[in-house]
Amino acid sequence: MWTWFHKFASPPHAYRLLGRLAPWLGWPALGLILLATWWGLVKAPADYQQGDAFRILYVHAPSAWMSMFIYVVMAVAAAVGLIWRIKLAHAAAAASAPIGASFTFLALATGSIWGKPMWGTWWVWDARLTSELILLFLYLGYMALRSSFDDPQRADRASAVLAIVGVINVPIIHYSVEWWTTLHQPASVTKIDKPSIHIEMLIPLFIMIVGFQLYYGWALSRRLRGEILQRERNATWLTKTA
Amino acid sequence: MTGRASVGAAAGLVFRRDLTLAWRRWDEVAQPLIFYVVVTTLFPLATTPDLNQLRTISGGVVWVAALLASLLALEALFRSDVEDGTMEQWVMTGQPLGWLLLAKVASHWVLTGLPLVVMSPIVGTALGLPFAAWGTLMLSLLLGTATLSVLGGIGAALTVGVRRGSVLLSLLVLPLAMPLLIFGSRAVGLVMDGESPSGPLQLLAAIFFLSLSLGPVAMSAAIRISVES
Repeated sequence: MWTWFHKFASPPHAYRLLGRLAPWLGWPALGLILLATWWGLVKAPADYQQGDAFRILYVHAPSAWMSMFIYVVMAVAAAVGLIWRIKLAHAAAAASAPIGASFTFLALATGSIWGKPMWGTWWVWDARLTSELILLFLYLGYMALRSSFDDPQRADRASAVLAIVGVINVPIIHYSVEWWTTLHQPASVTKIDKPSIHIEMLIPLFIMIVGFQLYYGWALSRRLRGEILQRERNATWLTKTA
Repeated sequence: MTGRASVGAAAGLVFRRDLTLAWRRWDEVAQPLIFYVVVTTLFPLATTPDLNQLRTISGGVVWVAALLASLLALEALFRSDVEDGTMEQWVMTGQPLGWLLLAKVASHWVLTGLPLVVMSPIVGTALGLPFAAWGTLMLSLLLGTATLSVLGGIGAALTVGVRRGSVLLSLLVLPLAMPLLIFGSRAVGLVMDGESPSGPLQLLAAIFFLSLSLGPVAMSAAIRISVES
């Protein structure tokens, strides 16, 4: 059972497989994102309360969702790398971090832009925005720790411990921030994304989430190939391929 | 194996050794405390000398200052032991490393966390904190600084071999410590509003026990990574 696992985890095999996989992820991602953008911006009905301003939801919600999803993926990959000492898993965690941080930043930026017409300010200490901001700090800390080691193996293992500690803390941070804002803020703040959303608005959201997922797969496979090239730059299989 | 000390005895020895060492260099122990007082002095200077206005933020200010002061002290937690090879000996003793590190963190907390807790009412009073909130402030800081010592111990273990580790340590530990800050300053705020602070205090206690149970595992894994290579 484990032979396929080790075969996949070997750098030459993974390098070739990821190269073949990338276009199958990249083109559908592009297609779905374009479809969802058109559907969300043109076809979906305007919100009865927020008018057209709600349409930023189609970027905001999926990127917020991806930012958390990628953090979990990163922590799982780091744990796999730490427990079974699989270098490829460490490489996947390292390659995921900048993508996750970008999605987190995108979620924050779109949330802030959305906040201007809705709340009247660029930034409110809203529970979701604040925990998203702390998530960005966690990503930045992970990348800072990783870049401060010269030895890639130590960087792998130290940052893996941090990612696991972080993922245990993410729910604690999330609920503490939620609790903090519910006690501080008056309830007059309009809740934006209630589940009472029209089905016609919901379909493009799902398409966009799938598109973002495929994009993540594409970006990860590209970055992972880069990581493999960098780590295996002195290996014989690579000099043969090149 | 014969002649091996029990875990409790070994941890006790580590604990006593660190206290003795700190006693001989007590001026280093005092530095974070002075920092604590200096930082709290900054807030009235930067905002307003009016005690009635300061009172509303006093709990939060004391908490932020305590957080920063204990972070400052954490940087040197494992450094000298790793540099002079003591840590390698501990890794090789066959004793559970997590317990030894926990003893080290405990002695560190006695030296830095506990004095912060003891001094907090004085600092708080200077900011207009009412007498009724003293107990809650101290209890929340007691739980908070202890948890922070464990969290910071993980961070210190990860950054022990790194150049310019102190900034990195703050970057890693501060986001993880934010729930402590929220619950701690909220508990003080509730008491000042005349309400019961038991909710946030119980949550602080829960986080403390969680970090106490999982923290040593993460710390020993991080120390092994730092020492082995």
